[in-house]
Amino acid sequence: MSDSKPYVPLEGIQYGNNVFITTADKLFSWSRLSSIFPLTFGLACCAIEMMATGAPRYDLDRFGAGAFRATPRQADVMIVAGTVTLKMASRLKRLYEQMPDPKYVISMGSCATCGGPYWEHGYHVLKGVDLVVPVDVYVPGCPPRPEALIEGILKLREKMHGERFLADKLAKRPVAAEPIGALALNPAGGKA
Amino acid sequence: MPQALTPKEVHDRLVEKFGEEVLEFQENPFNPASKVQPERFLEICTWLATDPDLYFDSLMCVSGADYGAKLKLGVVYNIFSMRHRHTYCLKVELPRDNPHVPSIANLWRVGDWLERETFDMYGIVFDGHPDHRRILCPDDWEGWPLRKDYVVQEYYHGVKVPYSFGEGDRDGTVKIKKGLEE
Repeated sequence: MSDSKPYVPLEGIQYGNNVFITTADKLFSWSRLSSIFPLTFGLACCAIEMMATGAPRYDLDRFGAGAFRATPRQADVMIVAGTVTLKMASRLKRLYEQMPDPKYVISMGSCATCGGPYWEHGYHVLKGVDLVVPVDVYVPGCPPRPEALIEGILKLREKMHGERFLADKLAKRPVAAEPIGALALNPAGGKA
Repeated sequence: MPQALTPKEVHDRLVEKFGEEVLEFQENPFNPASKVQPERFLEICTWLATDPDLYFDSLMCVSGADYGAKLKLGVVYNIFSMRHRHTYCLKVELPRDNPHVPSIANLWRVGDWLERETFDMYGIVFDGHPDHRRILCPDDWEGWPLRKDYVVQEYYHGVKVPYSFGEGDRDGTVKIKKGLEE
């Protein structure tokens, strides 16, 4: 497993034993990446590897990502494990839309990434799940070994680690010409 | 004690009973079969299923067949008698445009989904089927995928169906090969 860190500490400054200062963004993204709930989405043989990844030998719960949810409303990441048919594609998109934001997609295996062995003669196969939903991490393999899926989840954690949703939201807000608290904060009183 | 009949004996009894409706006996050692006309097919099957000496009470498989891009379509029925322990095979050939054959789904109940699959893949219509619609492909799918002259549709609900290459070769779409020319 290359340079991905299995354990990501929360960044901040600690004072003594009881005081820890960090930003809200860092706290949120750290807690988010420490508890990724995948959506149960096994479609073909990749699902067997995904199940093995969740089972004790590979133990996906080490990374907080072992709680497979049976409903999209409780899930954070959709691991598309297997061949997506065109008939399934509309269901897949609906399930993705039912997931609460922020949401992520891991495309697991050749089939989900580009159609796999069905790329030429599989008239019924969607040639890549990224035609329907945005994909965050592609895991290659046919099917990928559990180590590969774990690597994909660690890559996703890295991506989540860098996210700053609150900062982005504040940056997009129109800035007032004069900050609202300016008067009260100015010790001299009145405009500086 | 009832006795198992050889395929040739079954064929001879069929000819005796239905005459012109039964066309020829195919002596394939793996799957000896009678080719029959589609018009009175349900009648033939009902007789095969109920005659005490034959008593084919089980339908093992219904398969579609395409004998070539400019030739006929076909349906192959494999039947089995639990009482006599003998098997037989019936074949029907149908025209490529507007193929119709009587449904046997009400005679052998298992024929329901098997006929739906044959319809889904070959577009063969089974007259009198209780639930006649596609089973595997989406209901609004275009074309009959296992026909040899099948050309896959370009888009399905706005999603491109044939594989398209990445950057720099976006136009190089792969067409599913056309059917065998004879």
